[in-house]
Amino acid sequence: MSTAHTPGAQAPVKVSVSKLAVAWALVGLPLGYGVFQTLTRVAALFG
Amino acid sequence: MSWLDRERTIAPPGFNRWLVPPAALAVHLCIGQAYATSVYKTALVKHFGASLTEIGVIFSIAIVMLGLSAAAMGTWVDRSGPRKAMFTSAVFWSGGFLIGSLGIFTHQLWLVYLGYGVVGGIGLGIGYISPVSTLIKWFPDRPGLATGMAIMGFGGGALIASPVSTALLKLYDPNSGAKDWVASGDAVGKLFLTLAVVYLAYMLFGAFTIKVPAAGWQPAGFDPAKVKAAKLVTTENVSAKNAVKSRQFWLVWIALFCNVTAGIGILEQAAPMIQDFFRKSDGVSLVSAAVAAGFVGLLSIGNMAGRFAWSATSDVTGRKRIYMVYLGVGAVLYTVLALAGSTTTVLYVALAFVIISFYGGGFATVPAYLRDLFGTFQVGAIHGRLLTAWSAAGVAGPLIVNAFLDAQGKPGQLDAASYQPALLTMVALLVVGFLANLRVKPVDARFHEPRPDRGRAHEPAMEA
Repeated sequence: MSTAHTPGAQAPVKVSVSKLAVAWALVGLPLGYGVFQTLTRVAALFG
Repeated sequence: MSWLDRERTIAPPGFNRWLVPPAALAVHLCIGQAYATSVYKTALVKHFGASLTEIGVIFSIAIVMLGLSAAAMGTWVDRSGPRKAMFTSAVFWSGGFLIGSLGIFTHQLWLVYLGYGVVGGIGLGIGYISPVSTLIKWFPDRPGLATGMAIMGFGGGALIASPVSTALLKLYDPNSGAKDWVASGDAVGKLFLTLAVVYLAYMLFGAFTIKVPAAGWQPAGFDPAKVKAAKLVTTENVSAKNAVKSRQFWLVWIALFCNVTAGIGILEQAAPMIQDFFRKSDGVSLVSAAVAAGFVGLLSIGNMAGRFAWSATSDVTGRKRIYMVYLGVGAVLYTVLALAGSTTTVLYVALAFVIISFYGGGFATVPAYLRDLFGTFQVGAIHGRLLTAWSAAGVAGPLIVNAFLDAQGKPGQLDAASYQPALLTMVALLVVGFLANLRVKPVDARFHEPRPDRGRAHEPAMEA
C-alpha cells in the first residue's frame, strides 16, 4: 500500500490499519449486504 | 479558515491514500439511491392519486438537475476542494429528502418535485463529481481503478437502498402483511426522513475523511515518465472553459452519449423485455415476473461490476482502446441480441449482462479519459460539463426505445422481433460513438494553460 511521500518531508508516520479497516468496513458492509440481497433475487433466474 | 476549506484538507505526511476511496464511496453509495426510486413509486401514485408519469417526473427532474448542477458547479467544486463539495452535496441531498417528506405528509406533490427533484438533484450532481479530481490526484498511477471504485458506488447505492427501503416501509406501515400490500404515504414520508438522517451521516463521514495530497506529492515508486510516454496522456493542463472549445471534449461527449443511450435502451425495459423475448405463440411468456426481477438484479450487478472492472482495466489498455471495446464490441453484441437474442435465455442474459457492464464502465472510465486528455487542473469541472451527455441520453434513450415499441404493439403483446428496430438503432448509435472515439487525438496546444516554469510538472498556481 502506498503512503504519502512529500519531497523534503520526514519519514512517513506509521499507518493506522484499524482506521483503514473501519473506513472500508463502513462502506464495504452495506455494499456487501446490497450485493447479497440482489444475488438472492438473481437466484430466481437460475432456479 | 473554515474546517471546510481546501487548505484544511491537505494530507499530512504518512496519510494513507487508501482512505480516500471509502470517503468517495460513502458519498456515491448514498446518492446512488436515485436508482432505487421504483421501490416507492406505486405507493406515491396511490398516495397522491397521481399517474405513473406524474410520479416518474420526480426522478426525471433529479437526473436533469444532476447534469445541470454538475456542469454549473464543476469549477466551484474544483476550486473549493472535495470536503466543501461533499458537505454541500450532503446538505442538498439530505435536504431534498426532508422537503420531499414534507410534500408527502402535506399531500403537495410540487414540494416533492422541489425537494427530491430540484434540491436533491443538485446534491446528486455536486456529490457525483466531488471526489473525482481528488481521486485522480491520489492515484496518478491508476486513475481508472480509483475513479472506478468511487463510481461503482453509484451503482451500488441502489443495491443497498432497494432492500433497505422495502424493509423500512414494512416497518413503518402496520398493514404491510396485507395481501397486495402497497405502502402508505405516511410510511414513505417516514422512509424519506430516515434516509435523510442516514445519508447525511454517511456523507459527512466522507467529507470528514477526505484529504487532498500536498503539493508535489506522488506515490512511492511512481515514475511520471511512464505516464508521459503514452500518446494520449497529457502532461499539460486545460481549463474547463477551454476544454469545451476543443474537438476532443465533444468527441468524448458523443462517445459517452451513445454508450449511455444504448445502455438505457436495455435498462429501461429490462423486465418486460426478457418476458417479451421469450413469449410463446399463445402470448404467454416463458419468463415469470420473479425471473424477470432476477434478471434486473443481475443487470444491476453487471452495471456495478463493469464500473470497477472495466475502468481498472483501462489503466492497462488505455482509455481510447477500452472505449473502442465498449462501443465496438457493444455494437456487435447488440446486433447479436437483436437478431439471435431469443435463441436461448443463457445467450440473452449473457449478452445483456456484458452490454450493461459496458454501460457502467463508460461512466467510470470517462473521468480518467478526461484526465488523460486535459490534465488534472480542472478535471472535475470538465467532468461536470461532460455529464450533460448523461442528461441528454436519459431523455433520448427512453424516447427512442418507447417510440419504436409503441409503433410495434401494446405491452404484453410484443415479442423479440418487435425489439429489432429499437435495438438496431442502438447499434447505429454505438457505431457513431465508436467513430467519434476513433477520432480522439491529443488536445491542440493552443488550449493548454501557460506554465511559468516548464521544467517542473506541477499544478498551476490557481489550483494551490
